[in-house]
Amino acid sequence: MASTITKVEKLVGKRIRRREDPRLITGTATYVDDIQMPGMHYAAIVRSPHAAARIRSIDTKAAAETPSVAAIYTGKDTAKVGPVPCGASLPGLRIPHHYILATDRVYFVGHPVAVVVATDKYLARDAAEKIEIDWEVLPAVADPEKAIAAGAPPVHPEWPDNVAFNYHQEGGDVDKAFAEAEVVVKQRITSQRLIPAAMETRGVVAEWRAADRQLNLYTSTQVPHLVRTLVAGMLGLEENRMRVIAPEVGGGFGSKLNIYAEEALMGFVAMQIGKPVKWIESRRENFLTTIQGRGHVDYFELAAKKDGTILGIKLKLIQDLGAYHQLLTPAIPTLSVLMMPGLYRTQNVRADIIGAFTNCVPTDAYRGAGRPEATHGIERMVDILAAELKMDPAEIRIKNFVHREEFPFPTATGLMYDSGNYAAPLDKAMATVDYKKLRAEQAEARKQGKFMGIGICTYGEICGFGPSPATPAGGWESATVKIEPSGKVTVLTGTCSHGQGEETTFAQIAADELGVDIDDILVLRGDTAIVPYGIGTFGSRATAIGGTALYFALQELRDKVKKFGAMMLESDDVAFANGRVTCNKTGQSKSFAEIAGATYRAMKLPPNTEPGLQSTHFWEPPNFTFGFGAHIVITDIDKDTGQVKIRRYVAVDDCGNILNPLIVDGQVHGGVAQGLGQALWEQAVYDDNGQLITGEYMDYAMPRAHMMPWVESDHTITPSPVNPLGVKGVGEAGTIGCSPAVVNSVVDALSPLGVRHLDMPLTPEKIWKVMAGGKN
Amino acid sequence: MKINLTINGKKYSPDVEPRLLLIHYLRDVAGLTGSHIGCETSLCGACTVELDGKAVKSCSMFAVQADGASLTTIEGLAENGKLHGMQEAFWNQHGAQCGFCTPGMIMASKQILDRNANPTDDEIRHGIEGNLCRCTGYQHIVNAVRAAAAAAGK
Repeated sequence: MASTITKVEKLVGKRIRRREDPRLITGTATYVDDIQMPGMHYAAIVRSPHAAARIRSIDTKAAAETPSVAAIYTGKDTAKVGPVPCGASLPGLRIPHHYILATDRVYFVGHPVAVVVATDKYLARDAAEKIEIDWEVLPAVADPEKAIAAGAPPVHPEWPDNVAFNYHQEGGDVDKAFAEAEVVVKQRITSQRLIPAAMETRGVVAEWRAADRQLNLYTSTQVPHLVRTLVAGMLGLEENRMRVIAPEVGGGFGSKLNIYAEEALMGFVAMQIGKPVKWIESRRENFLTTIQGRGHVDYFELAAKKDGTILGIKLKLIQDLGAYHQLLTPAIPTLSVLMMPGLYRTQNVRADIIGAFTNCVPTDAYRGAGRPEATHGIERMVDILAAELKMDPAEIRIKNFVHREEFPFPTATGLMYDSGNYAAPLDKAMATVDYKKLRAEQAEARKQGKFMGIGICTYGEICGFGPSPATPAGGWESATVKIEPSGKVTVLTGTCSHGQGEETTFAQIAADELGVDIDDILVLRGDTAIVPYGIGTFGSRATAIGGTALYFALQELRDKVKKFGAMMLESDDVAFANGRVTCNKTGQSKSFAEIAGATYRAMKLPPNTEPGLQSTHFWEPPNFTFGFGAHIVITDIDKDTGQVKIRRYVAVDDCGNILNPLIVDGQVHGGVAQGLGQALWEQAVYDDNGQLITGEYMDYAMPRAHMMPWVESDHTITPSPVNPLGVKGVGEAGTIGCSPAVVNSVVDALSPLGVRHLDMPLTPEKIWKVMAGGKN
Repeated sequence: MKINLTINGKKYSPDVEPRLLLIHYLRDVAGLTGSHIGCETSLCGACTVELDGKAVKSCSMFAVQADGASLTTIEGLAENGKLHGMQEAFWNQHGAQCGFCTPGMIMASKQILDRNANPTDDEIRHGIEGNLCRCTGYQHIVNAVRAAAAAAGK
């Protein structure tokens, strides 16, 4: 029975294929929409077609007469359900009451107004179309700068200035830095609104078991435990009477790091009708109502010496919040402020954020969440400074890098960079592209009137969110390891993978620490009834914090296995290695499975030791981790069409130790695709009335396979001292490093025309106009 | 309406509403939930299945339009428990992350090799341009199709 194989080879660091894949490649994984239950009802949600309007009346009569319709609810019915929660707190933050269904007024296109519940999903949609709403359309504002200008229509009548908060942060002596500056460069830089567009839209199945007083909520989320705590609170249900299950989750990118009205609404409906109910977001709804990302207008100023030394940074940041605060909406731009110095040594920074309400869907965390905006800003500004001083962009970066021997390095924004060697990835990337030769080639190309660009981005990012005092809902993570009597190992993690491969990387960690075969390990996540309380997967945190929690839980069990082994071998001098406890004197040994069985049979126990082999560890990180890297992008621009062609994309990322290079590469590629989407194609466009113009995949230019360049991914390795695994995080690195490198490259290509800056996305139309009209 | 279908080698003769989409028939009636719905507008390709040997987007046709047809879905690719070469390649090359686009992506990728045993990278990329993936950046998917082509050519 003892099938546990003794092995020596370590798995951490190996390029092994993923353990979650068999169900994904055979079509047998279970996503929310794949769940069927007897008596299932289907919900269709009626949404506002207007960005701002008063509801005069709602007529549900014709809808209610549609066959198969079981119930219809409007805002009057759900007004007692608690508001959609905002987890962020800032001084003086104005928080509008966010009803799960609009009561008397709507604030953005897509705002939910009513829900139709029917036994047939086609008929539910038919009925939803029959609901008549008498609207009084009001003026709307969709642009954050227009929203905070005098005379703008108020999004929320109680706050006519549309300002949700003002936030100030300062470090060092900024006024002195600017007074002493030999050169000051200024630029307005935007980071447009983006649609996360996970391939699986949101979806919820709710099942109320009245006799047990038990609500089961299946939802496509990155944070099942937070959903349980907060949705139970909204519904007035005891938290222990609610079970949240995140089944297979088809991508999130931050958009499922949230608590949504529909999650509480489906819970409410299920409790009302006593039958299971399913709501699956349509793609159109996904574009209109799932949170969006970015939405920055940034006014940057950089003070420097003539030799390129950066003395200080000022930033005025206008954040488009949308109409409401979702879970973390107001907190996202504060992360931009934290990262605004980038990898550079300057100790003088000042930032002022204005949070602006608009009649749009809320913004919130989208891959990178605040750090891509900050990185885009500082990396564009450094290039603008280099151009001003006629310096090489690589040289100016190297000059300002925090030096290798200065870590841990305290930043002017209050962070402590854990470890770094910032020149290393830049050196490697420059060597890969043969930077010097490339510049010579560019000079030649320019003589021939060709537009060739070389763009560099050296980024830093905050990974491993994060120490609890720095996060709204706890920044620790939990792991439980259960070694069964047969020696098989079950790992329960509080993280909630939605594509990141934690079932594989966590199994690698456990296999190495226990010395057992990876096939003997099962990793489970995403069910509040099975997994002890956890936080979830976001912010490049799963491995750094969840993996570390697992590591410590495993150490506790290693000790216990060793203790039992010593007792069984009747020796104090034993070693635990390769899945066996061995007596150092006699060479006798006991297998892992033999010992596991003995701990449960418990015929004899070592002193002060409980039976069984189970351990739970909650790990609180002492700091964030700080990944970094250098991306170099070479572009050629078509003179006739303005099309940007990426000739080479070189990414050298340092995410600390690498557990599985195959998975890390996949994270980098995907991150770059999202960064490139922002740089070149993607933009959520709202018209002046708050109508989303890019409301479908047809109009929203998400990268397709033939649009992507080959990404040459490489690494340097600077272990983090924050956790024993030495890992940092890599989920967001590609996105953060990409957009500045691409835009820097295109601006570099067009610099002979006097172009100094271009805002994203760099569509052919935009570039063609610049080329046709000369200076930007 | 009564229709006749063969799905993954098995015969079905359902009575369906004329407006029932093929993808809903496959998922909700036949219980084959491997094909996914990502957009309902034929733009994402998550619902791609094979109909009489051609990859089609099953969200953009009615079940009645498939009357008389033979369909293969992701569930029908493996034979006798042995993965299809394209499935194996997606696994080896890490072609899936969240997995939601994966069944459609595998069906579209299979068709590339059915038509051209040795596609170039460009041909691979254009062959899957009707299938959106938000996770992978497509690079490992391109690697998977290459690897499947190489394995099939051995």
